Amino acid sequence: MTSSTVDLMDYDEVLERFDPVLGLEVHVELNTNTKMFCGCSTTFGGEPNTQVCPTCLGLPGSLPVLNRVGVESAIRIGLALGCDIAPWCRFARKNYFYPDMPKNFQTSQYDEPIAFNGELVLELADGEVVTVGIERAHMEEDTGKSLHVGGATGRIHGAEHSLLDYNRAGVPLIEVVTKPITGTGARAPEVARAYVTALRDLLRALGVSDVRMDQGSLRCDANVSLMPKDATEFGTRTETKNVNSLRSVERAVRHEMTRQAAVLAAGGTIMQETRHFDEATGGTRAGRRKETSEDYRYFPEPDLVPIAPAADWVERLRTTLPEMPWQRRKRVQTDWQLSDLELRDLVNAGAIDLVASTVDAGATPDQARAWWVNYLSQEANSRGTELAELPITPVQVARVAALVTDGALTNKLAREVVDGVLAGEGEPDDVVAKRGLAVVSDEGALTAAIDEALAAQPDVAEKIRGGKVQAAGAIVGAVMKATKGQADAKRVRELILERCS
Amino acid sequence: MPNISRDEVAHLARLSRLAVTEDELDMFAGQLDVILQSVAKVSEVAADDIPPTSHAVPLTNVFREDVERPGLTQQQALAGAPAAEEGRFRVPRILGEQA
Amino acid sequence: MSELTRFSAAELAEKIHAREVSSVEVTTAHLDRIAAVDGAVHAFLHVDTAGALAAAKAVDDDIAAGKPPASPLAGVPIAVKDVLTRMGAPTTCGSRMLEHWEPPYSSTVVRRLESAGLVVLGKTNMDEFAMGSSTENSAFGPTHNPWDLDRVPGGSGGGSSASLAAFEAPLAIGTDTGGSIRQPASVTGTVGVKPTYGGVSRYGLVAFSSSLDQAGPCARTVLDAALLHEVIGGHDPLDSTSINAPVPPVVAAAREGTGGDLRGVKVGVVSEFTGEWYQAGVTGAFELAVDALRQLGAEIVKVSCPSFDYAMPAYYLIAPSEVSSNLARFDAMRYGLRVGDQDGATAEEVMTQTRGAGFGAEAKRRIMIGTYALSSGYYDAYYGQAQKVRTLISRDFEQAFNQVDVLVSPTTPTTAFRIGERVDDPVAMYRADLCTIPANLAGTPAISVPAGLSDEDGLPVGLQVMAPALREPRMYRVAAAYEFARDIALGGSLINRVPDLEVAR
Repeated sequence: MTSSTVDLMDYDEVLERFDPVLGLEVHVELNTNTKMFCGCSTTFGGEPNTQVCPTCLGLPGSLPVLNRVGVESAIRIGLALGCDIAPWCRFARKNYFYPDMPKNFQTSQYDEPIAFNGELVLELADGEVVTVGIERAHMEEDTGKSLHVGGATGRIHGAEHSLLDYNRAGVPLIEVVTKPITGTGARAPEVARAYVTALRDLLRALGVSDVRMDQGSLRCDANVSLMPKDATEFGTRTETKNVNSLRSVERAVRHEMTRQAAVLAAGGTIMQETRHFDEATGGTRAGRRKETSEDYRYFPEPDLVPIAPAADWVERLRTTLPEMPWQRRKRVQTDWQLSDLELRDLVNAGAIDLVASTVDAGATPDQARAWWVNYLSQEANSRGTELAELPITPVQVARVAALVTDGALTNKLAREVVDGVLAGEGEPDDVVAKRGLAVVSDEGALTAAIDEALAAQPDVAEKIRGGKVQAAGAIVGAVMKATKGQADAKRVRELILERCS
Repeated sequence: MPNISRDEVAHLARLSRLAVTEDELDMFAGQLDVILQSVAKVSEVAADDIPPTSHAVPLTNVFREDVERPGLTQQQALAGAPAAEEGRFRVPRILGEQA
Repeated sequence: MSELTRFSAAELAEKIHAREVSSVEVTTAHLDRIAAVDGAVHAFLHVDTAGALAAAKAVDDDIAAGKPPASPLAGVPIAVKDVLTRMGAPTTCGSRMLEHWEPPYSSTVVRRLESAGLVVLGKTNMDEFAMGSSTENSAFGPTHNPWDLDRVPGGSGGGSSASLAAFEAPLAIGTDTGGSIRQPASVTGTVGVKPTYGGVSRYGLVAFSSSLDQAGPCARTVLDAALLHEVIGGHDPLDSTSINAPVPPVVAAAREGTGGDLRGVKVGVVSEFTGEWYQAGVTGAFELAVDALRQLGAEIVKVSCPSFDYAMPAYYLIAPSEVSSNLARFDAMRYGLRVGDQDGATAEEVMTQTRGAGFGAEAKRRIMIGTYALSSGYYDAYYGQAQKVRTLISRDFEQAFNQVDVLVSPTTPTTAFRIGERVDDPVAMYRADLCTIPANLAGTPAISVPAGLSDEDGLPVGLQVMAPALREPRMYRVAAAYEFARDIALGGSLINRVPDLEVAR
C-alpha cells in the first residue's frame, strides 16, 4: 500500500485544471476534570476501566447529566470564533454500532449546535490574510479506546480480537467545522495547516484543552474536493482521518489534491469515502468500502433537557476570554517594537506565545526572541517537532537569559546549558552545576591565566603594549583554551588591555 | 399506505444487527406492514404549523458541577463481561472501521 | 393463608410500628404465601428470602431500640418490577439478553425503598424490556391473573399487579410507558399510579422509551399507593429529567378523599374513549363509576380531546423509535448474553447472532419499526409527525383542564383477555393502551382504581382518573373518594372478591 501504486498529477497541473475546496473538522478534547455526562475523572493514562461508571459504560438504566464547565468551554470557544451562541439547543443521538461506543449511539448535537456562523482570520507566512468561515461548533462525547490484537502493527486489519478500555469514553469533545474553504488555489495545503495552527493557538489561549495533536487532544479530519475550472458545483469530497500533526494536515491535503486530479483526469469519479493518512508515505489510502453511506437516524436526546444559555451568562463568559492570538500579535508588535518582518518570523516559528511567556518570566523581548526564533527553532526543525513540544519551558529559557545578563554565563555557555535542559539533565542551574559551566569570573584566576598566556607569547604581548589592540585576540584565545571556554571573552579582553597598558 | 417488503425487513434487521430466520422474515413482513399502516394514521393530522414536542416537561439548563464522583472499580466494570483480558473487555475481531 | 397478607400496607405499618407484630413475621407470612401460590401465578422471577428477612429484622431492631421508623412504611414488604436495577441478584427485564446480569449499582427508586425501611421481597415478571400489555412477552413464561389463571394479568407490569392480587405483597413498584402500571391494575382489581413525568427518578430504570417511562406505586388501596408515592418520588440529581420540586402532598389528598365529598370538583368524561373496541361490561362499569362520582357531589362534564384518536399511532412511532436506540447497547460486548463467538466470527456477527437470540419477537418488531421511523427520508413523515401529534395531545389536555379539574375514562377497553388470545395480533394487543397512552405522551399523571366487575365475565374493570402535571393530589382525592364510596356500596373492598388460589403443597 505505497503511494507509488497510485497515480498523482503534477501539482502545478492540478491547479491549472481544478480549484480545490477544503472543509476542516477539528475535534477538541476538553481539559475538564470530569467527563461530559458523568463524574468520572478524565486524567490521561490510568489503568484500563478504572475511570468508569454506569453512565459512561452505558450500563442498562444509566442516565447522563451535563457538565457545566463543558458547556462553558463550548460557549467560550464559540465566542472566540465570533460565533452566534444558540439561545436554545438540544443534544441528539447519533446512532451506529461500534464496540468502542458503549451505548452504540453517540450523544452529540445535530441540527442545533450551541455555536454557529463565525470566522477565523489567518495570516499566512507572507502576510496574505485568509478568512475561514466557521459553520458550527458543537458538543459531543469521546469513545473508548480499542487495542487490536493479533494483526500486523496493532492495526485493525488482520486482528484476531480487540481489547476495549472505556476510560476515555464520555470525555468531552467540541467539534469545530469550517464552512467550505474556497479560492485558496495552490495555497490550499498551506491554508489548511495555518487554520489548524491558528485554531490550536486560540484554544490554547482559552485554556480549554491541552491541544496536543500527538496525544489526540486535538484531531483533524480533512475534507478535500476538486472543482474543474468550468464547473459550477462542488465536486465529491473525501474525508481523510488519522492526521496527527500540522505537517500531516498540509501533506494530506496536497496528496488528496494530486490523487483526485489524477482520477478525474483519467475519466474516473471520486468516491465519497473516508481515507486514512499514512505518515510513512505521506499518502492516503481508502477505508473499508461501505454498501451505503451511514444513516445515523438522529433524533433529539430524550435523557437530556434543552440548553438555553441566558444572555447575561454568555456575556459574563465573553469577559473571561483572554487576549486572542491576533490581538496578542498586534499588541506584541507595538510593545516590542517589531517590524512586520520580525513579527512574521515570530509567527512562523510558532513562537509568539512562547516568547511572551518568556518575557513574562523576566527575559527581555530581544533575548526571548533570539532564543526561540533562532536557536530553539533550529533545534525543533532538526528534531522534526513543534517548538511547543520541545522539552524546555519559557521559565527555563528566561532563567538562562538571566544568567547571561548577570554574567554568570556567556552566550556560548548558555547554549550548552540549553542543550543540557533539552537533554533532560534538569533545570538550568542544575545543568550549570553538573557540567561545571559557570563562567570563570574569578578575576584572580583570570589574571593568572592572562599572565601565563602573555608570558608564553612575549612578542604578542609587545604588540599589545605597543598599541596593537587587535593582537589581544591571540591571548584571548589562549586564555579561553586554558579555561575550557568558560571565561567571558569580553572581560578577558578588557583585562588583557588593562594589564598591558 | 406502506407496503413493506421482505427485502426491506431484511434490510431493517441488518441495520439493527438482528439475526432473523427466513420464517421470521415472512412473519415480520406481514406484521410490520399492518403496524405501519396503523401508525401512518398520524399523517392525517394537519400539523404544518405545529411545533414538535421532544420533552414533555419544560425543563432547561440542568447541569452538574465539574467535580469527581466515585465510579466503579475495574472489577465491577468487568464483572458482567462475556470476556475480559488484562483489565479490558475482550471482543471478537472488528471488521469495519469507525464511521 | 396468614391473615397478615390480607392487610393493607398502611395497616401493616401501623401494626409493625406499634410492635403488635414484627416485620419479620409479616415478611415471613408473605414469603410463605409466595411459596404457596407463585407456582401457579408466576408473578416473581426472583425471591430474595435471606435479604428480605435481614431487612425486616433490621427494621424490628431499630423499632425495639426506640428509633423512629425510617418512613411511614418501614417494615412493609414490597415487590419490585424487574426493570429497575438492584445489586445482589439478576435484573433481567424479562429478557434472555439479561438473564444472568447482576448490575453493579442499584436504581434510585430501589435505594429509596431500602433507605425507607421497606422490605424488598424480590423482582417481578414483566413483558420483555417493558414492551407489551399482557406479560406474555416475558422470556421466562407469562404471569397468570389471580382472578382467572387462564387470563393475563396485564402488561408490561403483570408480575407486580398479580403479586398484589394474589396477596403475595401489599405493595409493588411498576413502570408505565404507555399504560404498563395502570392497565395491569385495571385487569387485576388493584390500584396503579403513573406520576407526572419527571416525578420519580429514572436512574436505574432500564430504558424502554426514555421520554415516556415513569416508575410508580402499585397497591391494593389508594392510600397505600399515596404512601408509597411519597417514598419514591422527588428530585434526583442523577436524572436530568427529574423535576426539582417537592413530592406533591398525595397522602394528605388521599386521606381527604376518604371524606367522600366531591362537591365543587369538576370531572370531565373524555368523549373519545368509547367505540367499537370497548367491551360492554367495561363501559357499563365505567358509567356506574361516573354516577358514583356524581352522587359524591362532583359536576360531570363531557369533554372532547380530538387528538386522542391519534395518540396510539403516535405512541407506536415514538416509543419504538426511542427503544430502537435504547436497546442498541445490548451487543454482547460488555455484559449480558453472548452467542456465536467461535470459529473466527467477527464482532458484527456475534452482535447480530446475540441480538437475534436474546430478543423476543415483540422487541424485534419494535426495534425494526423504530429503525424505519427514524430513517432519513422517513423521519419527517413518521417520527417527526408523531412529535407534532404529541404537541396537539398536550394542548387538548390543557384546554380540557381549563374546563375541568380531572378527566376520567375506563382504564382499558376490555377486561383481562385469555393467555394466547392476542399474541399473533400485535395491533389488537396495542389497543389495550388506547386510554392510557395520552397521559404518557403529555407527561401528565394518572391513576387506575378498581371500578367494579364487568357484567359479562365478572372480571375487574378500572376507572382512570387523570390530572394536570404535578397536580396528583387532585386525582388521589377523587380516586380515594370514589374508592371509599364504592367499598361502602359493595360492602367491602373489591379485591376481596378475588377467587381463592389453590395453595401448593
